[in-house]
Amino acid sequence: MGISKKNLVVEPNSIKNKAKRLQLYSQQRIEKAKNKRETRKRLKLEEKDCPEAKKERLEKNVPNTQENTREFDETIAGIEFALSVKNIIPDAEFIKRGSQYSLEKIMDFCVNREYTDLLVVSEDHREPTYLTVIHLPNGPTAKFRITRVKDGKKIEGHGNPTAHKPEVILNNFSTRLGHTVGKVFASLFPQLPEFEGRQAVTFHNQRDFIFFRRHRYEFVSGKRVNLQEIGPRFTLRLQWLQKGLYDLKSGEYEWIFKPEMETSRRKFFL
Amino acid sequence: MNNDEIVWQIVGNRFCSFRVKTNIDKLCRNEYNLTGICNMQSCPLANSQYATVKEHLGVTYLYVKTAERAHMPSKLWEKIKLPSNYTEALKIIDTELVYWPSWIKHKCKQRLTKIVQYLIRMRKLKLKGETKLVGIKKKTERRLKTREIRAEQVARLDKSIEKELLERLKSKAYGEDMPLNIKQEVWEQILADTGVEDQDDQDDQDDTELGELGSEFEMADEDEEEREYVSDVSQDSDSISDDFGDIEDFAQLTPKNKDYEYEYEYNQQKSQN
Repeated sequence: MGISKKNLVVEPNSIKNKAKRLQLYSQQRIEKAKNKRETRKRLKLEEKDCPEAKKERLEKNVPNTQENTREFDETIAGIEFALSVKNIIPDAEFIKRGSQYSLEKIMDFCVNREYTDLLVVSEDHREPTYLTVIHLPNGPTAKFRITRVKDGKKIEGHGNPTAHKPEVILNNFSTRLGHTVGKVFASLFPQLPEFEGRQAVTFHNQRDFIFFRRHRYEFVSGKRVNLQEIGPRFTLRLQWLQKGLYDLKSGEYEWIFKPEMETSRRKFFL
Repeated sequence: MNNDEIVWQIVGNRFCSFRVKTNIDKLCRNEYNLTGICNMQSCPLANSQYATVKEHLGVTYLYVKTAERAHMPSKLWEKIKLPSNYTEALKIIDTELVYWPSWIKHKCKQRLTKIVQYLIRMRKLKLKGETKLVGIKKKTERRLKTREIRAEQVARLDKSIEKELLERLKSKAYGEDMPLNIKQEVWEQILADTGVEDQDDQDDQDDTELGELGSEFEMADEDEEEREYVSDVSQDSDSISDDFGDIEDFAQLTPKNKDYEYEYEYNQQKSQN
């Protein structure tokens, strides 16, 4: 064929001598064009006999366009989080909210359809920022800040969830406010877990940060348990708690975070 | 005497303080202007017979001006309140401007439609509630972030979850019989463990009862109370071991050495087998 491999491997960019570089470049261009012509000729001859081969080749030949090499849309982040929350809670449904209905109306719809809870995920800067948990039909409503979300698939050695109803572990919810918040979480899950699934969902409160984890466990002995994280993991921090349904205008706040309440490092509310 | 022609010659061709010139068009800033465009037909100054629709505080009015009142600037405009019902308002425009040029009638109706629509939109937006913007305080964000990481370290999540699960298993939360989620050998071990603990408790009770025999003779009436006190002590110890809420307490609550030995022996047996 007369194509020296050496010439194709060497990149003209790497040669500092301009005259040499240009020479090599033009040589490579000619070789490339020649190559192209020859393959075309060959394909034409080959495909003259069998049109199926041509059809197959054309089907496989999908050029890269701006549309099909589109960058990943990060707005999916909030929705992804909502979907993972949906997967954690048994019998949960995910509905894209849209802008058509106000939250008050959505709450009405949910009450009419006898849903027990409504979770609203809000998103800022393409990240999930807040989670509002509304217990239907009479409240309470709690708003949490979401931070440090890690998808289950990004956790090393993660397991895959099963459809079993998980056990709920609530740790350290000791104050009165803590009890109500704990109840809010506990009421999201069915009261009777399916133990054969060996899945446990944990809400661990430490210094007012509520850490969410989901594990599969295995009792190794009377003293040891093996845990495999299923994920996702994220941290919640309570912003406010309302007695009734979500109502920012006239709702009664049972507790609301204010910066001036942080009087010392050892003052915690949950 | 007002002459519309003369007024327009001055206002239209020379200077008008209401006129706004853009690259494409000449517009009018006079609030009585029907169309907002600067031309003779829609100029409220150069037309002695003119009508327009205006809105004030959510109520729409029809403003009518005729040549008959041109000499009284204070009473120049006749202000007619239009009902909030759109179709009725249209009818009133029709009756008030019966023999008027159809162009003015049409434009008045168009303006009314526009006003009614934006009033509806305003009310809807008000009902929807405003979105409140909250600033992000970088310093507190940073502080919270470090605190969160520290809290996670302190929480020792895996350990506390393990403890809680074991506690559930031991307290028979998974059922009195062997639960589904456990191997038989582990269950046997747990049954053995709990049996040992029971024995310990009984020993404790025996000790205390022996110690208090002397006082029993002195106060026969308080006999039962004292016995209750004994059992309370053992219950207390149980309840402490139940409470695995605070991780910092774990160090003190590690199982007795005896249990450790037992486990060790058990493992040895297993390996020998």
